[in-house]
Amino acid sequence: MRAGLYGCLPTVPWLSLRGSRERASAIFQDMSAIVQFENVGLRYGLDSETLSDVSFTLAGGGFYFLTGASGAGKTSLLKLLYLAQRPSRGVIRLFGEDVVTLPRKRLPGFRRRIGVVFQDFRLVPHLSAYDNIALPLRVAGMEEGEVDAPVTEMLGWVGLGDRGQARPATLSGGEQQRVAIARAVIGRPEILVADEPTGNVDADMARRLMTLFEALNRLGTTIVVATHDLPLIAQVSGAQMMRLDKGRLADPTGSLRYPPRPQGGE
Amino acid sequence: MASRTDRRAAAAARHRLLPGGRVAGPMLWIIAIMMFLTVLAAAAGLGLGAAVRSMSADLAGRASVQVVEANPQLRDQLAARALTALRGADGVQAAAPVDPALLADQVRPWLGEEATSGDLPLPALIDVTLTPGDADAKVARLRRLLGGLSPALRIEPHAAFLLPLAGLLSALGWLAAGVVLLMALATGAVVVLAARGAHDSHRGTIEVLHLMGATDVQIARLFQRRIGLDAMLGSALGFAFAAFVILLIGLRLGATGSELLGAVRLPPASWAVLGLLPVAGVLLATLAARWTVLRALGRAL
Repeated sequence: MRAGLYGCLPTVPWLSLRGSRERASAIFQDMSAIVQFENVGLRYGLDSETLSDVSFTLAGGGFYFLTGASGAGKTSLLKLLYLAQRPSRGVIRLFGEDVVTLPRKRLPGFRRRIGVVFQDFRLVPHLSAYDNIALPLRVAGMEEGEVDAPVTEMLGWVGLGDRGQARPATLSGGEQQRVAIARAVIGRPEILVADEPTGNVDADMARRLMTLFEALNRLGTTIVVATHDLPLIAQVSGAQMMRLDKGRLADPTGSLRYPPRPQGGE
Repeated sequence: MASRTDRRAAAAARHRLLPGGRVAGPMLWIIAIMMFLTVLAAAAGLGLGAAVRSMSADLAGRASVQVVEANPQLRDQLAARALTALRGADGVQAAAPVDPALLADQVRPWLGEEATSGDLPLPALIDVTLTPGDADAKVARLRRLLGGLSPALRIEPHAAFLLPLAGLLSALGWLAAGVVLLMALATGAVVVLAARGAHDSHRGTIEVLHLMGATDVQIARLFQRRIGLDAMLGSALGFAFAAFVILLIGLRLGATGSELLGAVRLPPASWAVLGLLPVAGVLLATLAARWTVLRALGRAL
């Protein structure tokens, strides 16, 4: 395995070759808002609002952490972001379009631009690790002959090169999480949403995964990671942090940094 | 353009998306049974329809003339005059006396040997075949003609004798058509239930596919393919078994030697109609599955 493009990592040529430079430059040229929430509220049934008056803007190509105590609404906010849920009120704009009023038939096109690492992985239980990772490519209509190379590469990258045919039930929690992450990033999404992506992996794998996210971010992908893991946040320089507290954004500007910015400095 | 290997690999990948082999579920066997019953009902309908048509064509142009005269000499003279008149009449294709021995044979089971003794006055019979078209008017004309010869001459169109039987066969044919329709509805309902069940049991997979950007049509295609394959195999099995049974019944009907039962037959056109039933079944199952899954998906975001 040759020296990695991203420091300690082995090279992921597929990630670096698929028109990434052009894409990255195109996205970086337009650092305008890729995600906009305006006074968004979310209520499940007749309960009180899980999210209230959430407003923030995420710039294209940014790296964002979403923190907050359990039950603060992180997963609900992410659900709105990856279009698994419509808000009860407010406006959500993704890629410049209002997705709250978007016709249902147009949602798939938006969803293909978003990669998701679910907290509970949501691997398809009867599919092998290989087929799980290949899902987004097949959904996007990629020719079967073109699927093998990137999937094999991603499997190798997440350290599961020899477990491609294993079913999720036979994989450990950490291995399942790595498959879930590989599945989320293989389609080179414009936004990557990850809900506690390092919850079940060891420190070394957590660092490797975060490095992958950084690499994707450098290629232009906007990253949104929900986590409790403050040391993890500290690893990513330049990342911004949003904190949810009882369904409300503690810092509506979305400009908090961790560690906090020095007074008077950038 | 995708190569054949590519297409096969893609089809295999799609197939893997929904777990469980085709033969594992009861769907295939339910469709096989439905198709078996549908083909039998349709065959019965078509066979009875053919019998009714054949009987109607046969009976509409035929009549019997009875010479009801107790005196044998007079009866024979009257029969000869009637035969001559009939052969010369318009609208009569052929007229032939029925052999008295044959008539006696037919009544022997009821009257015993007395029937042939000559003591019992049996009417003489003349079998009349009319030219095609408007049998009722021709029978009415012949009735007037024969009435002019003697009041002992009576003409009876055959259709009148067998009209109730033809009506019964026709009703049975319509009943069979109704059964086919009900079976089609039941097949559709079974497919709808199966598709709903499949949709519910694969809800997790569907949700993941949705969130990855799969369209409703992409997801519905997975189900319609799977159910379509089940329907294809089930229909083929059901049709093959039904065809075997129909051929067996045909042989049995032929062996009875009955003219009436022999009329219940399936011409090649009817076999072609029966052959279309499995195709229609597969189409119905596929469309029902697609409609059901699309409706269910439409309720989700």
